Amino acid sequence: MKRIVLKDVTLDFPVYNSSSRSLKSKLVSISTGGKIAIDTRDQPYVRSLDHVSYEISDGDRVALVGHNGSGKSTTLRLLAGVYHPTFGQISTKGNVASLIDLSLGMDIDATGYENIYMRATIMGMSPHEIRKRIPEIEEFTELGEYLNMPFRTYSTGMQMRLAFAVSTCVKADILLMDEWISVGDAGFQAKAADRLNNLIQSTPVLVIATHSPALVKKVCNRKIELEHGRLIDDQPI
Amino acid sequence: MIIRTLKKSNIDFLVAIADYRIWNLLAFQDIRQRYRRSVLGPFWITLSMLISIAALGVVYSKIFKMNIDEYLPYLTVGYVLWNFISTIVLESTAVITGAEAIIKQVNLPFGTYVLRMVWRNLIILFHSFPVIVLILIYFNVGFNINLLLFPLALLLTTAFAVFLGYILGIVCARYRDVGQIINSLMQVIFYVTPVIWRADLLKGNRWLLDFNPFYHYLEILRMCLMNVAFDWRPWTCSIAITCTLGLFSIFIVKRTKFRIALWL
Repeated sequence: MKRIVLKDVTLDFPVYNSSSRSLKSKLVSISTGGKIAIDTRDQPYVRSLDHVSYEISDGDRVALVGHNGSGKSTTLRLLAGVYHPTFGQISTKGNVASLIDLSLGMDIDATGYENIYMRATIMGMSPHEIRKRIPEIEEFTELGEYLNMPFRTYSTGMQMRLAFAVSTCVKADILLMDEWISVGDAGFQAKAADRLNNLIQSTPVLVIATHSPALVKKVCNRKIELEHGRLIDDQPI
Repeated sequence: MIIRTLKKSNIDFLVAIADYRIWNLLAFQDIRQRYRRSVLGPFWITLSMLISIAALGVVYSKIFKMNIDEYLPYLTVGYVLWNFISTIVLESTAVITGAEAIIKQVNLPFGTYVLRMVWRNLIILFHSFPVIVLILIYFNVGFNINLLLFPLALLLTTAFAVFLGYILGIVCARYRDVGQIINSLMQVIFYVTPVIWRADLLKGNRWLLDFNPFYHYLEILRMCLMNVAFDWRPWTCSIAITCTLGLFSIFIVKRTKFRIALWL
């Protein structure tokens, strides 16, 4: 079953800064980033994805690789439904969970429990589902009584534990990640890796943007390489 | 069932309503955050409202040479409701830009953020209602059958606020100067809207107010609470403005929703 189909997708970012006019004179090619150009209405834009086509099916563990500014993060946001193609088409079947920013929706003044509800609700979970997952989150984070305390009283490590535990609760068909997530101290890291591996195993499609060849080898079975927003390589590994 | 139909409608506003859990939670969270660790909590709103009204009431009833028994109820109702409307307009300007972190991360309908903001302000308004009830009873204003129309008037005003919030939020995300313009404009509108002064002071020039949309909403709200005769005019205007803005906001969201995230 095809989960994601991109057909000739191009994504242009308009540049609205008042100084953008001066860009006109410097349309030079640079080593990072997408192509900078000017459209028919004299509007400068950055071409972040350039006529990209591919399909992702169930069982695919896709590594998105490429330089800074090659379009990896843009691709993740495109798949998350945040960005839409300027030209071309994308169709996505199934619900998408994004683990790009773990601390999304976290409020430092709210208690641990309140934050669990906020984050999980933003991810689309119902109060009933959240309530069912709470014991598991309590057990996994080992935060105990701290869950009744404001988030601001947590150490950074503890904050990450909670954010990670809630974010990885979600059941989705397509999982998006920006680099491998690693949280906590040595003991906890192993536990977190287990949890993440379990989540990935139970998710039909994984798309992960990464710079780490070791990670690509370990979790992925397909590599999509981007350069200046163009697809330059797509092969199984 | 209803929720599923709304979600399928593909109209941002209706999809957002179906996702009521998110904006409801975020709105309450906003209020909790604002008043955390304060003893009175949201009742600070009630208290500060009482203080401003008492101060304004004493001074302006003298300036306008009006009986305070008559002036204070008028001022209270107008002032509380004006605050509700104007806060929404001002907060609309940042409703999309302020939600950047969420917008760039998950694909939620944009109405989520607008409804969060309007709902938050409605909750705050409810905290000021005791002031209105107190003053109306204390000054023995009495009420008539129009009171039954109050929920409708409030709904109409709230819908106006939501649609305006959509439009301003989107326009301000694209054109960053508009927010500043709205900020200074709202101060002017306060002075030209009958909030602390009465519309009949304009005598033969009342037609000037017809061009002020905020006036019509204040009128229908005041009409319901203040034991005055029913008048069709502000109702017709409010309904017309709300419907027009509603259609316009649906249009503008349809045109821009695929690009808003690129502007942030």
